[in-house]
Amino acid sequence: MEIPKSFLGYKRENGRAGTRNHVIILPVDDISNACAEAVANNIKGTIALPHSYGRLQFGADLELHFRTMIGTGCNPNVAAVIVIGIEPKWTKKIVDGIAKTGKPVEGFHIERTGDIGTTMKASKKAQEFVMWASEKQREECPMSDLWISVKCGESDTTSGLAANPTVGNLMDKLEPLGVHLCFGETSELTGAEQVCATRGATKEASEKFMKTWSSYNDFILKEATDDLSESQPTAGNIAGGLTTIEEKAFGNFQKIGNCKFIDVLEPAEEPTKGKGLYFMDTSSAAAECVTLQAAAGFNIHLFPTGQGNIVGNPIEPVVKLTANPLTVKGMGEHIDCDVSKILSREMNLSEAGDELIKTTLRVANGRLTCAEALGHKEFVMTKLYRSA
Amino acid sequence: MATDIIIHDKKDNVGVVVIEKITPKQDCACWIMEDDSSTNIQSLDEIPLGHKIAMVDLNEGDTILKYGHDIGKVVKSIKKGEHVHVHNVKTKKW
Repeated sequence: MEIPKSFLGYKRENGRAGTRNHVIILPVDDISNACAEAVANNIKGTIALPHSYGRLQFGADLELHFRTMIGTGCNPNVAAVIVIGIEPKWTKKIVDGIAKTGKPVEGFHIERTGDIGTTMKASKKAQEFVMWASEKQREECPMSDLWISVKCGESDTTSGLAANPTVGNLMDKLEPLGVHLCFGETSELTGAEQVCATRGATKEASEKFMKTWSSYNDFILKEATDDLSESQPTAGNIAGGLTTIEEKAFGNFQKIGNCKFIDVLEPAEEPTKGKGLYFMDTSSAAAECVTLQAAAGFNIHLFPTGQGNIVGNPIEPVVKLTANPLTVKGMGEHIDCDVSKILSREMNLSEAGDELIKTTLRVANGRLTCAEALGHKEFVMTKLYRSA
Repeated sequence: MATDIIIHDKKDNVGVVVIEKITPKQDCACWIMEDDSSTNIQSLDEIPLGHKIAMVDLNEGDTILKYGHDIGKVVKSIKKGEHVHVHNVKTKKW
């Protein structure tokens, strides 16, 4: 198949391109969720991103909170942002971070005004933003404007046999076109970590990966009360035939094809070394991982599943594929791309990769994903430790 | 010919069932992805889609190889053709 050279995206002020055109209402903290949701309820076409944190966090955990908030606002799938927090200072910090992209952003704090007054002021601005954004048109963008993140979930052995290698085949075909790519799931590479380390493009990248993996593994060993069975692998993984974390890891690892990673990113860190594949230190839980990748600027996500994970994200469209024929049959409304014919050998890996490229481009051009149509908007912040 | 079991790598001592299930004493056609070769095995257990079958006799302490790599240790001996899963294999990691 000849791979298309372009897609239709929304060009942003900072030179990036979006596959979506969202106006988001971003609460700085848990207690501002109600106000953010009230604004989104008032102004049609906006979405609130409620979450559970943002108070009394400190150190690296607070830095990650800000990085995730600012990164989410900066994502090119977002046209404009309303930020609402309880206090002025942290609200402003997030507004200033997002403003660097040049997109419209305005912050509101609730203290001294209350929910009702803040909702009124923020709603007026949100209406202005959403009407402005509604005039934005899709334009032809080079494939290199695609930033593709990947993460698998509710995996089974069909993931490692077929769905994950299909993503790997897509990576092998799209990497030469200059796309940015990102995989994560630090803990879920356990057992395959040495093999994964050999895929660093430089000695520094390999060493940074091993250091990141070892640190995560030390944390798991410190907190573990058993062999993690039913947590990692999950009970769903086990029902699908996966027996150990090592088996799950080698299946997971198929997603990067033959690509080499050029750098290791902190959670939610934006890549700065140009096109190519990056590894990001993330949890292996679906919503946490996708939220971090979206906050790093990735604008379309590929999600292979075995038993049928249903996750979505409010700003980054999540494209699901599966090779498990029972999942296609039982929960087809969640599956954007069916590659189950690989198992019956009626489809080879390259054909499956082409199918996934076609699906990815349709979604990049605006086709809703199953998760979007079904209303999946899981926005889950990663918290590193307890608040002060 | 229809494939009942797929094996990732020639070195692997387990294969994955890729039809809805195999039944005891079923003669199964296996395809080895790495070199596009074929082999056969007779099953001893009923094994559902996605679950693993032992391609050789395995003793306690043996290493399970899949993708050509170590994916865990045998904790209860397994006969060729039997179901390989959490009841007879454990991680070496956690």
